[in-house]
Amino acid sequence: MATVILETRGLTKTYAGVQANTDIDFDLPEGQIRALIGPNGAGKTTFVGMLCGRIPVTRGKVIFDGRDISGLPAHKRITLGIAYTFQITSVFAGLSVHENIALAARRAGGNAARVTETLERVGLADRADQTAGDLSYGHQRILEIGMGLAQSPRLFILDEPTQGLAESEVAAFKTLITGLKNTTILLIEHNMSVVMETADYITVLDQGMTLAEGTPDAIRANRAVRAAYLGTADA
Amino acid sequence: MNRPLALHLVVIAALAAAFFVLPDYHSGNLARIMVLAVYAMGYNLAFGYTGLLSLGHALFFAAGMYGLALSMQHLSLTAIPALMVALIASALVAGITGALALRTRGVAFMIVTLMFAQAGYLTALYFVQYTRGDEGFVLPQAVRQIAGVDLSSAMGRYFAALILFSVTLLIIGALVRAPFGRTLIAIRENEARATMLGYDVQRRKWLALVASGTISGMAGAAYALLFGYAGASFAAVPYSIFPLLYVLLGGAGTTLGPLVGAVFMFYLIDLSSGVTDAYMLVAGVVLVLLTLFLPQGLLGTLRKRWVPWLP
Repeated sequence: MATVILETRGLTKTYAGVQANTDIDFDLPEGQIRALIGPNGAGKTTFVGMLCGRIPVTRGKVIFDGRDISGLPAHKRITLGIAYTFQITSVFAGLSVHENIALAARRAGGNAARVTETLERVGLADRADQTAGDLSYGHQRILEIGMGLAQSPRLFILDEPTQGLAESEVAAFKTLITGLKNTTILLIEHNMSVVMETADYITVLDQGMTLAEGTPDAIRANRAVRAAYLGTADA
Repeated sequence: MNRPLALHLVVIAALAAAFFVLPDYHSGNLARIMVLAVYAMGYNLAFGYTGLLSLGHALFFAAGMYGLALSMQHLSLTAIPALMVALIASALVAGITGALALRTRGVAFMIVTLMFAQAGYLTALYFVQYTRGDEGFVLPQAVRQIAGVDLSSAMGRYFAALILFSVTLLIIGALVRAPFGRTLIAIRENEARATMLGYDVQRRKWLALVASGTISGMAGAAYALLFGYAGASFAAVPYSIFPLLYVLLGGAGTTLGPLVGAVFMFYLIDLSSGVTDAYMLVAGVVLVLLTLFLPQGLLGTLRKRWVPWLP
């Protein structure tokens, strides 16, 4: 088995007595594309929020690349090689597309060439001078994914990246994600075609706990998962 | 040479020429306006570029002013060492204020900075035997000189103000185009996103506030040195509001907005007070109209509509 790049032990988050995440043990091998699925309110965003430091943990540990990062603030975790895209699009709306990508690349030690390359890779090269806030919703989402790519992350966490994208954009996203080398991906996703076609392995959360883990085929066949999630979502 | 730098050099040259063209009255005004513009440029770095809406910059202005004036008056320092004292004093005050106030954000930050400035104002009043409180004290003409240049003369004063203004403008012009400055703008635009790109937002905001407070402090020191007076009224609330007004009028986040705003505001009051005793009413109405119709200020609107490269 490949080296584990990210693991959590007993990760728990309590909001005013409500358990959003309970004792999650999670292992993510390097190079894998992992999908994190589960019904609304299952605690997916809380979980990744604790991974990258946006949400303080109630208890438990986050270990990245063999190092306990539970005590590090978010910006330091990012500089270790984690990139994060927000569930609700979050770009620098008043700045140009180019500047958005450059801000992401620069912090990660990238140069102008990486900015140009990233713009072309996500298909925003011809819009580089536009103000990010003037882009369509779909393009803003793609820009945010581009900002993640520009960081050349070792672990790329995407929170519902295809939400609100057109079919063609979703297809482009799948190609983009599966074509990434040297990047481990943790993907929160509701679009089942994206999950089934891109993920190597799937973790299902339900009510803040790990319900099941397995390959796409195994998850599809899992009755508990169907009952909790797929059964209703696919109906 | 890039266009923003060229524009800055043209503005500096025009200000230098203005001294020889304008009548004495107006060049005297312009010397004062340039010092106030430097104050507003410092403020703009925090508010316009980093998005830190401080209501307490009079504290930094006064730290520089008293740093210079008290050390000249009571320690008999000459102008250059006294300017160094002012620099250190304002950087220190900004550093400490920033470390505490930046634990808050938004409205709380406004109130905390306002309170710090009030504490500074009351401190100046408390040590009345040194500061002479609201009444203030005069710096004798004999000490107001650098390398034999009399800073109380019209020409010495004007060009000293112009040098300070030019140096500040060129530094800020370079800073906001450098990666550090671009990051400050990113923090203003979207703090959460900047953090999640790996930027240490808290540290950068602190650095921005220290730079901002130091520039504002140098303006305060220059004001005391060039106009020969230091008083606690410069530490009071109105002096925290003036740079905010100048920056809003001229255009927040534009390098020349503070100058434009200071000129505009100065002459708005100057001209309207020549017409009517109710000049503050005139000034108030004009300000309301400007914020209604040009919410991004004069240069901000210019940049948005016609001149996108405006620095």
